[in-house]
Amino acid sequence: MSISRRKFLGWLGAAGFGTALGNTAHAASNKHFDGYPNSNGVLFDNTRCIGCRKCEEGCNRVNELPEPDRPFSDLSLLDTKRRTTAKSYTIVNRYDEAASGKGPLYRKDQCNHCLEPACASACFVRAFSKTTSGAVIYDASVCVGCRYCMIACPFEIPTYEYDKAFSPRVMKCTMCYPRISKGLLPGCVEACPTEALTFGKREDLLKIGRERIAKFPERYVDHIYGENEMGGTSWLYLSAVPFEDVGMREDLGVTPAPKLTAGALSAVPMVVGLWPVLLTGIYAINQRKGKIERQEKEQAVAAALEKAVSEAETKLSQAMEKAEKEKAAAIETAVSKALEDAAKAAEEEVGDPAAEDADKKSSEEDS
Amino acid sequence: MPDEATTTGKSYLTPFNIVAGIIIIIGLYVTVLRFTQGLGAVTNLSDYNPWGIWIGFDLLVGVALAAGGFVTSAAVYIFGMKKYHAAVRPAILTGFLGYAMVVVALNYDVGRPWRLPYPFIMQQGTTSLLFEVAACVALYLTVLFVEFSPAALEWLGLKKARNIVIKLTLLLTIFGVVLSTLHQSSLGALFLIAPSKLHPLWYSPYIAVFFFVSAIIAGLSMVIFESTLSHHYFADKMDEAHLKEKDDIALGFGKAASFVLAGYFIIKVIGISESNNWHLLGTSYGIWFLVELLGFVALPCFFYAIGVREKNLKIIKWTAVWTVLGIILNRLNVGLIAFNWHLPSSERYFPHWMEIAISVFLVTVGLVVFRFIVSHMPILYAHPDYEDEH
Repeated sequence: MSISRRKFLGWLGAAGFGTALGNTAHAASNKHFDGYPNSNGVLFDNTRCIGCRKCEEGCNRVNELPEPDRPFSDLSLLDTKRRTTAKSYTIVNRYDEAASGKGPLYRKDQCNHCLEPACASACFVRAFSKTTSGAVIYDASVCVGCRYCMIACPFEIPTYEYDKAFSPRVMKCTMCYPRISKGLLPGCVEACPTEALTFGKREDLLKIGRERIAKFPERYVDHIYGENEMGGTSWLYLSAVPFEDVGMREDLGVTPAPKLTAGALSAVPMVVGLWPVLLTGIYAINQRKGKIERQEKEQAVAAALEKAVSEAETKLSQAMEKAEKEKAAAIETAVSKALEDAAKAAEEEVGDPAAEDADKKSSEEDS
Repeated sequence: MPDEATTTGKSYLTPFNIVAGIIIIIGLYVTVLRFTQGLGAVTNLSDYNPWGIWIGFDLLVGVALAAGGFVTSAAVYIFGMKKYHAAVRPAILTGFLGYAMVVVALNYDVGRPWRLPYPFIMQQGTTSLLFEVAACVALYLTVLFVEFSPAALEWLGLKKARNIVIKLTLLLTIFGVVLSTLHQSSLGALFLIAPSKLHPLWYSPYIAVFFFVSAIIAGLSMVIFESTLSHHYFADKMDEAHLKEKDDIALGFGKAASFVLAGYFIIKVIGISESNNWHLLGTSYGIWFLVELLGFVALPCFFYAIGVREKNLKIIKWTAVWTVLGIILNRLNVGLIAFNWHLPSSERYFPHWMEIAISVFLVTVGLVVFRFIVSHMPILYAHPDYEDEH
């Protein structure tokens, strides 16, 4: 098999066209996304939270989630660590040891609505989107159910309806997107009796957070969780103790999730573009190597043949020469012998005409 | 040419058939449960552990071990190593069946399998590494099918179609290498987005390269392993060329595997160095990491080299098995064991027996189909009509 130049160029063109078809992955650059302007967020202040679970109840009601096994007024649930589930978009956990002597601290957990969400970046059917309102929403009508969003989420928020056979969905907090679009408060914020939750523009919430820290430096750690974590989140947190002590990871870094995969994605078009060139090149080199080998073999065979022929020819001519010489020598001996014989006969002939006749005859034959 | 009617008249109650039959019956039972009761009824998956062995084993291991197809066809058709020609068809067939098994397994794993084409026909999530994996696996499965088709077409006697496909060999091989490079590496790159969940010794910015290079090792070792098994069970199906080339293949592929393992070992060490994770080697995860790196990378590298040097086929064959186990270990480490390492043991995942049953079921079905094809189609021997072509 061989390839023509036309064919090769055709493949190259096909490869190039394939990569040009659209690629929204941007490699790391000096651009930084600070979130949509005027997008919303919620500020949670754990110095104000009393662990009443009213936010859980409010969330359950406005999102029409299934009735819980135990009522929201049952605070004994706080004795065990819980996480978000397919039936509860938000949960409150209690941390007894967090603040020594100051009584327990609580932490409310729900989707943090990242500015550049890992779930949206990871979804291969774009079921997640970050809206300009700040909410990260999910479209169950296209979801395949691969659950890569759950792998990707650093806050371990998305959950799955494993018990549904035919229409399982990923379940997570939507920041009450339908409600905030209508100008209403999210269910949890509305239900909070102590103003531990504040809904507003993210920029304003950051200012409020900084003011509170500045005003009561002894009450707060000097950090607003979510300002930069994973590139920033719409949900922001103030805490009386290091965030790690209330179950929040401080080792997530500030790199937004899409940047983590940008390098690998940017390698794709390079492989598509260069691999065919490299591989065809290797193929061509090997073809050429084979061709040269064949040619060399043919040449060697031809040379050997030529040599054999010429050798045979020399041998033949030598043999011929030898034969010729032998023949000449034989004639010479024959002639000299005949002459001798003739001389002898002549000696004997004196007075014998018959012998003279014979001699004449023989000399005729010789000539 | 081997006798095609060897099974007629014989009892079907061979030990293999009985075991395979039982596994398939259990598999079908769990299949019904899975598709009527949902994932929760048959798996131990949870909100913390969305991916179990159907991803960790069936997808990650399945794709890596099916790399023999692209490795062998590249060696023979691109790098011009024609003496390994006999290895191409078995490798392509195993690759094709391997990928087919992966795709079937994905139908079990995803919540709504009938929507698997959605990423292509509805909305393209091109920022997702999973999109790349899905696209490449779908395309490569097609490529493998076309690459395999000449055997089926020869069996069916469709000469014209067969000759057309044969003309496409180089194009298909190059396409196959490009696609394999992309998705083998992307399977590793899937985990790039979760640095907070995968243990730092396994998480690396080079994880995509690690997956690609180790897939080559898996491919080379699987070809040796398969050829050993085929020779054991299907020797009567092999023609002279296959029997003659068998040892060459083990020596050649063993040598290549030794070299690639050496390179892989070096880049793994560079990986530790780059992330400056030396201090983690003393932890329990570190020791587990060293077991993988020294016991299942460095050691087989060494034994392959010994086997090739001494021309000892026995060492090479056992090293191939050892290496394949090492690749399985690596994929399970990344996908399951070192993933979610930060969670308390009560939240960690261990597969439900029905998950294991489905994985075993799919591998068994693959074996049965392999046996059928090898028994009927010209895989281990050249079809008499085309014997002189190589």
